Amino acid sequence: MPHAPAVKPEPSPWAIEFRDAGRVLTSEDGPKSILTEVSGRLARGRVLTLIGPSGAGKSTLLSLCNLLQTPDVGEVFVWGREVRSWPLAELRRRVGLVMQQPVMLPGTVADNLAVPSRLHGRPQADGHRLLQQVGLDPSILQRPAEELSGGQKQRVALARTLANEPDILLVDEGTSALDRESAGVIERHVRCLVTSRCLTVVWVTHDLEQARRVGDETWLIDNGRVVEQGTTEAFFEAPQTEAAKRFLRTAERGQAGAGRR
Amino acid sequence: MSLWTLALTLAFVVAAMLVSLWQRLGLEKDMVVATIRATVQLLVIGYVLKFVFHMDNFALTAAMVALMTCVAADNAGRRGRGLAGRFWRPFAAIAAAEVLAQGFLLAVHVIPGRPSYIIPISGMIIGNSMVACGLFLNRLRDEARTRNAEVWALLALGANPKQASRAVVKAATKASMIPTIDSAKTMGLVQLPGMMTGQIIAGADPIQAVRYQLLIVFAIIASAAITSIVLGFLTYPRLFNRFWQLVV
Repeated sequence: MPHAPAVKPEPSPWAIEFRDAGRVLTSEDGPKSILTEVSGRLARGRVLTLIGPSGAGKSTLLSLCNLLQTPDVGEVFVWGREVRSWPLAELRRRVGLVMQQPVMLPGTVADNLAVPSRLHGRPQADGHRLLQQVGLDPSILQRPAEELSGGQKQRVALARTLANEPDILLVDEGTSALDRESAGVIERHVRCLVTSRCLTVVWVTHDLEQARRVGDETWLIDNGRVVEQGTTEAFFEAPQTEAAKRFLRTAERGQAGAGRR
Repeated sequence: MSLWTLALTLAFVVAAMLVSLWQRLGLEKDMVVATIRATVQLLVIGYVLKFVFHMDNFALTAAMVALMTCVAADNAGRRGRGLAGRFWRPFAAIAAAEVLAQGFLLAVHVIPGRPSYIIPISGMIIGNSMVACGLFLNRLRDEARTRNAEVWALLALGANPKQASRAVVKAATKASMIPTIDSAKTMGLVQLPGMMTGQIIAGADPIQAVRYQLLIVFAIIASAAITSIVLGFLTYPRLFNRFWQLVV
């Protein structure tokens, strides 16, 4: 099947656009707003890093982009088209998500990497190459995926998502189980895809150094709201809002503390 | 067996009630109700069957089978707790099993097309399909919950509901067929099946009784499979909403 979405001209220059998007969960205690009035957009080929405290709504924001969760308020556009009007299989193939907890599907590593092409009836992806790209030794191809270490699973999950050849990549703490060096391999590979294939990336991370290294733009999310958005450089060098300054100060103290221990 | 000798067997119930009173189990009232219900229901069905057998009318036989299917579907639908809808999905699954299995038996003249054959055999097919439905629905929900992460991972890769729920439906189908297969494995070793026992007591040749029992065993294995597969096709979309998000 011929297929080259990455070079196909898009009707909109914006890969992702949020317009007053919100998400409300209804529990026993009544409705609770997880995300409130999120607006902002990201151009093609840019890397956005999302930072903020745990439970701020970062993961929810990611899952609005491929409609694993539905915006209850407002709209989310991908390539200029509202997510709810996309053909779902195509939306989720092109907007790849690497989840926080990597889930291995039954079978070997090779089986896992073959799933995307099977789902979409596309030619089999090259497992060797996919593993090398994420810094894994291709010798693990025939190993049962469940037996891998946490860090290996995380990288197989990323490779599996990349097998779909997405043009937008959503990463939710995708390197949290990896050491600095392995995380560096992933970061460099993703940046390389950004340059070579004009991949657009939204990367949720707790690691501020990582957010700074990989991001072109950075948004700080707190309590379901985007409290500051701007270029990564400006965000870290000259934060505008009180909330961002406070967040960075607290994070710095935390990291200094971690360094002393 | 005369009514008088049947009445003597009520001594069993009286004995059980005495045990209940002595041990203060408080079950006497339930026993009376159960005894009366069983007696009335079976006597009524006996007369109904006698009438239907006597009429030997195809439409009447078909109506009787349809009624049995409805009762079974209603019962199975209750166990589905919303997953299968109230009625029509279990009905379609049970009816498919009954029509295919019974249709085959009639088409190749394994059994004569008389109500005295069709109705009891339908009863066994439908009853077994009903149990398979209940097991399938319970298991489908449980499997979807325990394999929740796997299903979401597949959805995130762009799987449609059918692709994302394949493993879940397969596990539920398997689980719903295991009791039927297990009982076939131990048949005759652990217990003599009710129909065969009845035929032997009524004076039939045990070899003939065994042949009919085997027919039933084969028919219910096939009907359990048909029921689960049809129900699987009809219910997997209900695990998802219109945006292909898992909702159980």
